[in-house]
Amino acid sequence: MANSDQYALQGSILDDSVELTLQDLSRMCAVEESLIVEFVEEGVLSAVRVSQQLHFSGGALRRARLAVRLRRDLEINLAGVALALDLMEELEQLRRELRMSRP
Amino acid sequence: MEFKDYYKVMGVARDATEAQIKQAYRKLARKYHPDVSKEKDAEAHFKDVGEAYEVLKNPEKRAAYDQLGQHRPGEEFRPPPNWDSGFEFSGAGPGNASYSDFFESLFGAQTRRGGGRGAFRPDRGEDHHAKVSLDLEASLNGGSRSFSLSMPEFDAEGRLTARERVLNVQIPKGVLAGQQIRLAGQGARPAPDIPPGDLFIEVEFQPHPLYRVEGRDLTLELPVAPWEAALGATVQTPTPGGTVDLKIPPASHAGSKLRLKGRGIPSKPPGDFYVVLQIALPPALDDAAKAAYAAMATALPFNPRAGLGV
Repeated sequence: MANSDQYALQGSILDDSVELTLQDLSRMCAVEESLIVEFVEEGVLSAVRVSQQLHFSGGALRRARLAVRLRRDLEINLAGVALALDLMEELEQLRRELRMSRP
Repeated sequence: MEFKDYYKVMGVARDATEAQIKQAYRKLARKYHPDVSKEKDAEAHFKDVGEAYEVLKNPEKRAAYDQLGQHRPGEEFRPPPNWDSGFEFSGAGPGNASYSDFFESLFGAQTRRGGGRGAFRPDRGEDHHAKVSLDLEASLNGGSRSFSLSMPEFDAEGRLTARERVLNVQIPKGVLAGQQIRLAGQGARPAPDIPPGDLFIEVEFQPHPLYRVEGRDLTLELPVAPWEAALGATVQTPTPGGTVDLKIPPASHAGSKLRLKGRGIPSKPPGDFYVVLQIALPPALDDAAKAAYAAMATALPFNPRAGLGV
């Protein structure tokens, strides 16, 4: 599967050292900025305020997109989405631990 | 194309009320939603359910669909001309816009009528997202990998299709599972003069023959002989950076964990490499081995079941 590096597309990792603006995040999720603001208000996403603007870490993209899908497809309100995301994260963690402890 | 029995898909009667249909959708959506479901073929089921709901929840679409009469699911079917005369459809479908041929032939043109796709010019192409499965080495060392991705795009008739695209991507060293690699400009390009969107690739790792991945840390189960654990030893151990001489401290036991700081995935900050000891018993196949075990039994008074009260 490995190839000559010469013609490979260069990408950057969207990790927590990358900062996304409200505009960035809403565009990447294809939703209105007001929805992302609601996500922050309801505790679905965490953000920092940098001179009156909301900034998000790169890792927020995955969580935000998941939130958009849950809200749209399962028709749950934002409080429900926030709870679902937290539980899903815990579930993933527990499954990982279970896999690790199996002989 | 094949007839789709939307009532059957949703498990409701043909005279089900709107409330009953909504209830059925909620239950099925939770069951098959790809982000939460553990069912086989969840995505395909979810697509079917979403499409059925899209028709049955809307009184106009439902009435038009009912007009087609009852047919066997999968039966060859063609809508009669003017089958939808007298019906006004409106509103686009949900975000998951990949409908079956059946749906498209009945409702496709109508749902796009209102939108007037030709009139709408975005100021930037849509971002695309894909998930890929990588070998762990790609992250440990960096390097390029080829992927075949299925990208949604509009064909000449404005219908949504999937296009196969092969991309050669430089994987950044230290990328973690769940992280996205952003490839600027590789998303949708609605027109040559509109800036393209980005492509985000979410990374997942294939199972590795030696190491278990947990976040940025790696774990290796290392078999050692009983004397190596009890007395301590220096043993050859594979690590991502190559084979190293690992010092096993005396009085180690099964499950003892040794930590090599910073030797995990080379992310920022780098993860750790853990070695978990497994005691491997030499087989007692010949007389010499059996004698050695018997001597050990005599020399070491040891009840491993003492804690059980027996």
